[in-house]
Amino acid sequence: MLKNRTTAEKLFDWGNIALMLVICFLTIYPIWYVIVNSFNEGQDAMRGGIYWLPRVFSLDNYNTVFQNKGLMTAMGITVAKTVVGTALHVFFTAMVAYAFSRKELVGRTLYMYIGTVTLFFSGGLIPYYLLIRDLGLLDSFWVYIFPAMFSFFDLIIFLAFFRELPEGLEEAARIDGANDFKIFYRIIIPCSMPVIATISLFHGVYQWNDYFTAVIFTNNPDLQPIQTFLYRIVALSGSNQIASMVPDNVVRKVTSQSVKLATMVVATLPIVIVYPFLQKYFVKGFMIGSIKG
Amino acid sequence: MDAHATTSVKLEKQRNKKSKVYMLARKFMAQRYLQAMALVGIAWMIIFSYVPLYGLIIAFKEYDITRSISKSPWVGLAQFKEFLTDDSLPYVLKNTLAMSALKLLIGFPIPILFALFVNELRSLRYKKIVQTISYLPHFLSWVILGGILTTWLSDVGIINDLLMALHIIKEPISYLAEPGYFWTIIVSSDIWKELGWNAIIYLAAIASVSPDLYEAATMDGASRFQKMFLITLPMIKGTIAILFILAVSGILSSNFDQVFILKNQLNESASNVIDTYVYQVGISEGRYSYSTAVGLFKSIIAFLLLLSANYVTKKLNDTSLL
Repeated sequence: MLKNRTTAEKLFDWGNIALMLVICFLTIYPIWYVIVNSFNEGQDAMRGGIYWLPRVFSLDNYNTVFQNKGLMTAMGITVAKTVVGTALHVFFTAMVAYAFSRKELVGRTLYMYIGTVTLFFSGGLIPYYLLIRDLGLLDSFWVYIFPAMFSFFDLIIFLAFFRELPEGLEEAARIDGANDFKIFYRIIIPCSMPVIATISLFHGVYQWNDYFTAVIFTNNPDLQPIQTFLYRIVALSGSNQIASMVPDNVVRKVTSQSVKLATMVVATLPIVIVYPFLQKYFVKGFMIGSIKG
Repeated sequence: MDAHATTSVKLEKQRNKKSKVYMLARKFMAQRYLQAMALVGIAWMIIFSYVPLYGLIIAFKEYDITRSISKSPWVGLAQFKEFLTDDSLPYVLKNTLAMSALKLLIGFPIPILFALFVNELRSLRYKKIVQTISYLPHFLSWVILGGILTTWLSDVGIINDLLMALHIIKEPISYLAEPGYFWTIIVSSDIWKELGWNAIIYLAAIASVSPDLYEAATMDGASRFQKMFLITLPMIKGTIAILFILAVSGILSSNFDQVFILKNQLNESASNVIDTYVYQVGISEGRYSYSTAVGLFKSIIAFLLLLSANYVTKKLNDTSLL
């Protein structure tokens, strides 16, 4: 078939390859621009015109970032909420999904209806805010964890996966007298790694990137994650926040803009490194979720 | 039939009912671990989803922070009337609808086209690299994207550099400070961020199209464009229809994260949307009942839009979500 390609076909193929190259360039370049500017000396970068490589290479911006205590606290909060939040979300949602997946569960149809309603109707911002306030979660680390611990949408993805597991899987354990919870974490979890990877990535990205929960529910600066820290810098142009983080010995070289860029790179790097490895899982998980959902 | 027989039938039925309840209770106890696992999920949903739904009744009350929801006085539809006659309604509604409509008109078809062209790439390896790169922006938060945009659009940013080098403009423009540029920035940054991600679902649908169809078309001498638009596109129209229904029902919900970050006092007249308005009057000004009414108004319209989009696509296409 390849031999018989006509000129028109070849032209199409080359045109298509070129088109994709352009799209890839447009996708990567904005990010590259931030990276090279973050490695350039701040004062010099203010003149603009740094497009491909740093003009005056400098690590001062990154030094400033890593020496700043508030920023490191924010980074710690982000890591903590991502790790704890994702682990709990995945375990809890998978557990409920496993129970929902068993056909003999009494009340299963009713439970599914209760869940489906949550997909279509929500109380909106203010009733939700009042609930969080009444639960005493304002200015608490757990506001990142408990309200995000479960999602019916993710439950549907788990359900679709559990349905494909072979029937006899649990038999041996049941004969040995293991209860359903034991079966869940001893047998079902180890067999469900692809879907667990998918949901972990989705939820991990949500936890890592979420800035709004902290904006609305906490006033305590020690509880703000890195994205909220950045939000205050970017949207409220809080250069004071940055000015205060620059140590005296490097004050002449870095600017609030250059430190901002370095912070952005640090706050993004972990996710960008992780996602390509999980790509084959999430593409599958995404399909199940969107077809069933 | 005599009275005696009727009573015995009744008794029989009652006994059956009793034993049914009894059996169910026994079954329930036998699967108590399973039930516990399910019921903690139900408990979570009741607390975090259903309690806020109950909280919606403050839209019909004058909620007072010192009193509980149930003790606050009823005011009927007063909050809705206030919103419908408020000065901010016209421009907030205009901004919401305009940005959503632009996203729908431009942002909806582009991932479909992208998926069609990616599918035509011959080299599997190149295809995979293109996909991996195109997913990248989805993983950046809107905060990061806000940072990138403010950098690009600043006075010494690359956009001003480029336009001045091409002599399109003479003086640098502060794009985010001018309401006139806001919608363009919103729509194009949304496309940049979600292009590859939104194409995943179409690529998955395309992958399930039977290769026989393409072979037959090749025999008949169809060109690549003909195959793309006469085979691939019609074969995935069900997926397109479902995503279209969802997109239409979301027309009143702007991407809150995105708008919230790029909005400032200078571009407020083009950037304030229903969602940010709810935040502003509700959280910042503390008018809980009023802003809940605004939010509820939005949800009701969105639900009606969902139903009508569902109806229309069903008529046109035999595909429906509900």
